[in-house]
Amino acid sequence: MAIIVDDNSRVIVQGITGREGSFHTKKMIEYGTNIVGGVTPGKGGSEIYGVPVFNTVADAVKETKADTTITFVPPSVGADAVLEAINAGVEKIVCITDGIPLHDGLKICRASVYNNTILIGPNTPGIISPSKAVVGLMPTHIFLEGNVGILSRSGSLIYQMSYDLTKKGIGQSTVIGIGGDRVTGLSIIEVLQRFEADKQTDVIVLIGEIGGREEETAARFIKENITKPVVGYIVGLTAPPGKRMGHAGAIIEGVGGSAESKIKSLNEAGVKVGKTMAEVAEIVAKLLKR
Amino acid sequence: MRLHEYQAKSIFSNHGIRVPRGKLAKNLEEVRKIVEELGEEVVLKAQVLTGGRGKAGGIKKAKSAEEAIEHSKNMFGKNIKGLTINKIYIEELIEVERELYLGFTYDGLNKSIVMLISTFGGMDIEDIAAQHPEKIIRKTIDPLIGFWDFLIREALYELEIPKKFFKPIASIAKKLYRVFIDYEAELCEINPLAITKDGDICALDARLNIDDDALYRNPDFIKLKDYSQMEPLERTAEEKGLKYVKLSGDIGLIAAGAGMGMATADYIHNFGGNPANFFDIGGATPEIVKKSFELLLQDSRLKVIFVNVLGGLTRCDWIAKGLIEAFNDLKVRLPVVIRLSGTNEYEGREILIRHIQENDLKGVFIVESMEEGAKKAVEISKGG
Repeated sequence: MAIIVDDNSRVIVQGITGREGSFHTKKMIEYGTNIVGGVTPGKGGSEIYGVPVFNTVADAVKETKADTTITFVPPSVGADAVLEAINAGVEKIVCITDGIPLHDGLKICRASVYNNTILIGPNTPGIISPSKAVVGLMPTHIFLEGNVGILSRSGSLIYQMSYDLTKKGIGQSTVIGIGGDRVTGLSIIEVLQRFEADKQTDVIVLIGEIGGREEETAARFIKENITKPVVGYIVGLTAPPGKRMGHAGAIIEGVGGSAESKIKSLNEAGVKVGKTMAEVAEIVAKLLKR
Repeated sequence: MRLHEYQAKSIFSNHGIRVPRGKLAKNLEEVRKIVEELGEEVVLKAQVLTGGRGKAGGIKKAKSAEEAIEHSKNMFGKNIKGLTINKIYIEELIEVERELYLGFTYDGLNKSIVMLISTFGGMDIEDIAAQHPEKIIRKTIDPLIGFWDFLIREALYELEIPKKFFKPIASIAKKLYRVFIDYEAELCEINPLAITKDGDICALDARLNIDDDALYRNPDFIKLKDYSQMEPLERTAEEKGLKYVKLSGDIGLIAAGAGMGMATADYIHNFGGNPANFFDIGGATPEIVKKSFELLLQDSRLKVIFVNVLGGLTRCDWIAKGLIEAFNDLKVRLPVVIRLSGTNEYEGREILIRHIQENDLKGVFIVESMEEGAKKAVEISKGG
């Protein structure tokens, strides 16, 4: 099982011949991800790491039957790459690009909803189903196959959380970064629904951060709809209001969006929230022993 | 990027939204000239990039040039929430019948734009939301469909605004929406939007925050950036392209990744210490690591620096090289606690440990985990 990506995924890489694109393509292939092709306008007909390069996503889909794409393109063309993939009928899009303008982000996230496309990101580290496939830029050696589903906005926290669990011998079903932007495609709730339905996942770890009100909304959803145990960690307790903390979305504006408000909402929904990620790993370990 | 009121008003005015007649003064001489030119009762408004100016004495009325100069003397050079007043915007006083709120912003949760309108103008929108939630009408705008008349019509009926104001308010709303779209705003707000005694509609205040990520498409705004309104270390960081935010403590932090940057500060706090900053150097080259140290060493409050890296995109060997360059080239007299794991951690730790041993660096501590590092840094900051 696992969610969204596994060994059946047929993946293409947009921007496959670029510096980042080619570096991570190699890593993904080494991990065992089924990379079936790539796209770089003007480089169609060539090959890289044994996979064909196409000029357009439409060509790539037609020739390779790809169902998943990962985009390594600069912010100015980030939205264009996502829309091209949606238009070509790709079912799942992982948008790595950090710095896509807000108004572009609004349009592509809306477009993904209207086209029933799973859009992960923008500004995501990607997704990994350990031992099956990675579609992202994670350091794969810190993950272990298992039964804990992790979702987060942040790449580095995904690494720390997985590292803390793996150290205890606790593996992961799927680990997904939904992206650090103000507007993202796949929501926390949609990921929770998938983990709830996934047979491999027994415990869910939700790593939230300041800004917006998605965690608060997710807390209500958990209370009403999620039967599996959820453990939380919220980052940004020491962030001052009005400052952008690295991620475009990580900013406390007005009364909402603070770490306290999110922790409170999660606690009210019966979610245990750890003070550190090591503490979260402890809580997960106890839950799994039962 | 937040614009000053006078800058936003000039844009609103160019889009056909009425604003009071006004001019910007940078010194007392200009204050006198402008007040004499406006020739009636005026309002003096400190141009600082923060809310709550009125309560802090940043907005004053004056009936003569002399009175205006007296007020200005008390304003120029003064601070509001740490920001220095070096510009005062002077406007004609408008006789107000009724004050409204009108704004556009984004709603991440619903992947949409939202129009907010309220009959409680002049208050902070967050306060209206807290005290009179029923008096704010929110209308969701689909970014792919755009803003249509029925949305504003519905809102005005819900607010029970007299019918005669429908057309002029709708016209302003559409113009403001145009500004929101054309300038790729995060927030664009008129508060208060006044219905004047003579029955006209006028924007008494103006706020426009432009998306930093879209500035490359709106390059004219880059030169409008008012660096005098930035904290000096944050300004230096921004000029060097570093993601740094100043906090109030004494433990300097460098972390790889935005989430890790926030978590590191939180861990310090949880273990009883005070973080001095947020710093994300995700994906850093050795040069960036050195630059980060240069920046932190300008901060005289620091007692210790904690470097926390669990590298994905970030390579530990590069971090180690950068640290060694910093130790060699900069006068690092502060204790430094280093946690280095993830991509290429063995290479990174090896060259770093060798350098520490060869140079007998006593104040550099390598730790095994984030908890250990945070605890060690807190201990040092408390004189341990």
